[in-house]
Amino acid sequence: MDLKEKLISSFLAFENNVDLDHPVHEVRSEAIKNFENKGFPSKKEEAWKYTSLNNLQKVDFSIFPKEESTLEYKDVKKYFLHEIDTYKIVFVDGVYSSYLSETTHDGVDVCLMSSAFSKPMFRQVIEVYFNKIASKDESLTTLNTAFSKEGAYIYIPKNKMPKKPIQILHLATGNEAALMLQPRNLIVAEDNAEVQIIERHQSLTDNEVFTNSVTEIFAGKDANVDYYKVQNDAPTASLVDNTYISQKDNSVVRVHTFSFGGKLIRNNLNFYQNGERIDSTLKGVTILGDKQHVDHHTLVHHRQPNCESHQDYKGIFGDSSTGVFNGKIIVDKIAQKTDAFQQNNNILLSDRATINSKPQLEIFADDVKCSHGCTIGQLDDDALFYLRSRGIPKKEATALLMYAFANNVLESVRIPELKSRVNKIIANKLGVRIGFDL
Amino acid sequence: MAYTEEELKKELETKEYEYGFYTDIESDTLPKGLNEEIVIAISKKKEEPEWMTEWRLEAFRAWQEMEEPEWANVTYKKPDFQGISYYSAPNKKPKYDSLDEVDPELLDTFKKLGISLDEQKKLAGVAVDIVMDSVSVATTFKKTLAEKGIIFCSISEAIKEHPELVKKYIGTVVPKKDNFYAALNSAVFSDGSFCYIPKGVRCPMELSTYFRINQAGTGQFERTLVVADEGSYVSYLEGCTAPSRDENQLHAAVVELIALDNAEIKYSTVQNWFPGDKEGKGGVFNFVTKRGLCEKNAKISWTQVETGSAVTWKYPSCVLKGDNSIGEFYSIAVTNNYQQADTGTKMIHLGKNTKSTIISKGISAGQSQNSYRGLVQVSSRADNARNFSQCDSLLMGNRCGAHTFPYIEVKNKSAQIEHEATTSKIGEDQIFYCNQRGIDTEKAIALIVNGFSKEVLNKLPMEFAVEAQKLLEISLEGSVG
Repeated sequence: MDLKEKLISSFLAFENNVDLDHPVHEVRSEAIKNFENKGFPSKKEEAWKYTSLNNLQKVDFSIFPKEESTLEYKDVKKYFLHEIDTYKIVFVDGVYSSYLSETTHDGVDVCLMSSAFSKPMFRQVIEVYFNKIASKDESLTTLNTAFSKEGAYIYIPKNKMPKKPIQILHLATGNEAALMLQPRNLIVAEDNAEVQIIERHQSLTDNEVFTNSVTEIFAGKDANVDYYKVQNDAPTASLVDNTYISQKDNSVVRVHTFSFGGKLIRNNLNFYQNGERIDSTLKGVTILGDKQHVDHHTLVHHRQPNCESHQDYKGIFGDSSTGVFNGKIIVDKIAQKTDAFQQNNNILLSDRATINSKPQLEIFADDVKCSHGCTIGQLDDDALFYLRSRGIPKKEATALLMYAFANNVLESVRIPELKSRVNKIIANKLGVRIGFDL
Repeated sequence: MAYTEEELKKELETKEYEYGFYTDIESDTLPKGLNEEIVIAISKKKEEPEWMTEWRLEAFRAWQEMEEPEWANVTYKKPDFQGISYYSAPNKKPKYDSLDEVDPELLDTFKKLGISLDEQKKLAGVAVDIVMDSVSVATTFKKTLAEKGIIFCSISEAIKEHPELVKKYIGTVVPKKDNFYAALNSAVFSDGSFCYIPKGVRCPMELSTYFRINQAGTGQFERTLVVADEGSYVSYLEGCTAPSRDENQLHAAVVELIALDNAEIKYSTVQNWFPGDKEGKGGVFNFVTKRGLCEKNAKISWTQVETGSAVTWKYPSCVLKGDNSIGEFYSIAVTNNYQQADTGTKMIHLGKNTKSTIISKGISAGQSQNSYRGLVQVSSRADNARNFSQCDSLLMGNRCGAHTFPYIEVKNKSAQIEHEATTSKIGEDQIFYCNQRGIDTEKAIALIVNGFSKEVLNKLPMEFAVEAQKLLEISLEGSVG
């Protein structure tokens, strides 16, 4: 039985565990129908031209983990940003772990989708926001919608800001030979609210994990949202991450994606600007080796005048890795005075590595400033020589240059501890000790 | 009077097609529709050898299996392929030695188009192989060319007189099953040009052909094959205008360029087919496959000025097969009213130290859609490949659209690829700067549009640049300057 059939038949079992009278269930039934029609995307579709899910479909994933797993904090401490105090929403094999988590209802709501679905006090928020911007058409998103039950629920009311950043951590224990996870997150920052979120998916064993995640983020007027995605997973873990962001007037949303590991990563990052004077920032650093595959698919849809968007994706590709960048900027007719910028720089370190880049512009307004740039090249030989002539060994010199290359993206990280953590991961990845933080 | 962009826009929209007319020449036309008999009939009419007929039939069979591509960023009513007559030749077709013998009506057509097939052209050193509805009716300068060993004739003549060359090269760059329109063309092409430059010969003059679509309801299926043998050089020009017709006319041409070792081909196109009227009615569908193959140290340079056609679907490409070969693409695409253009290039880097340059300028006005679609591909064996791409779009008014779809696929670490694209309108500060220096707004806009496209216009051969300027003027420049 292939994965699609398995998922569709599992939906019946899934229905036994959820409240069928809840309005959300209608959304789920609609979604599974769409997935049944569409199935998994194939390479024939333009959006999936460079990324194949065929191998994943051959794996016999368990849709529901059979037993509950427990983990000791000390074993997984290193996956947390433990240097600072944070709220934590932790899932082990897709099941909420209250033992590892720290949630709150003090002024802001940092809790679970399952309770948001079941408790009447959240009903209104769910009705207003749930599945409102997530695609009702894209097959993997609708697959997630169909199975939406658990995930992080973060609601920040007007003029509020949580006391500390929020970490969302998905751990896979490997109790199952192969596990499919479908977390569904909803993040709402009302007018003038502010929130910082760090998300990480981590597999603890060599067993296959396939995560199909959907996150919806709503930023109200003057809201400020920082979202950091740390992707440094085991070589057997695959991730399809769908993020949909809706912004209102004067809001600022920044999404940073750090892709350092995993077998196959696909990031679908979609920004919809539904107001004026909005600032959207999309930044990413990708450093890959082995046979890893990372596909960044971004969309910024400028729907209102006087907005800005900044995209900056840097990639370093070694061994037989493959990098894909597909960025799209759409500027509607009425979105005059848009300032949209998109940049994608890549360095290839190996002859077996591949980079496919497709930066697109679709512009319907005339008074706009839109530009994109894309480069593919190598490290500058002169710079390398300069460093080596000053006694810096080749390996360190190379790493230093790569740091410099990626630094633009790291600069705008607003949590210093996260920045130094990412720097450490990069140093690890490049196999050097530089001895200082950049 | 201050000239505003608003007025410019208005002028652009109301600009009717100036070259719209229809010459009544009796044509020898095959019945509408397409089947094996028609393909055989075309081949027979052209008095072609059996291998050619067979080749056409193979292409036709492949075409039947194919589906019309839909990926381009254009929308149009698909042509009814059975509602087209696939062959139409002016039925008085004697071979002329001098212009005096040519049908005066035909000469008049060219005069209206401002093409001097007479002394002026001779002085300019241009040999013209005119294709009027698929059959070449006049050829000049043949003798001069023949002295150098250059073959420049219609493709049907080449099939008869130089079958060994045609057989060797036709379909090698654009295989007959390459795509839907290339297959269709391979099956039914009625005529076109053939050019062969022998080893080490530098073609002393610019070679040019003019295509027209004249007979209502006939599709134009031209086939051009240019072969530059080792160390040779040729500059080839192609220009087009078509009379106004309400029915959409289909044009599916195939152009193949082959540059052998150390050869250089410069291929320039000025296209000004009927773009449809202000309501977007009528106009030519231009679905063209153009591709060049570069052997060692060879160079192919495409230059195009696209101002016409209702729908354009055109990607002149270079396959950089030999080491040190160079591919270039310079393009201006102007769309107005309801025109749609999806155009760009493909640079396929296969050899070592290959270089390519892409400069694409898009100007959209009215309610038109202008897309750049390009591919830069570097294979794993293409060490030190270098590419520079620049795609700039200029928008006039907020009812048009400019789109960019560049594909970059790199499999070699020594490759150096740069791509940049910008979209803008004519900046207020630019106009202000000009005003400040005493240049009125009208002149300023003309200056800026000129400057925007000059980078490409400069690449056109001298003899052609004037005509290209004229076409741009009709579409844009004339209305601002």
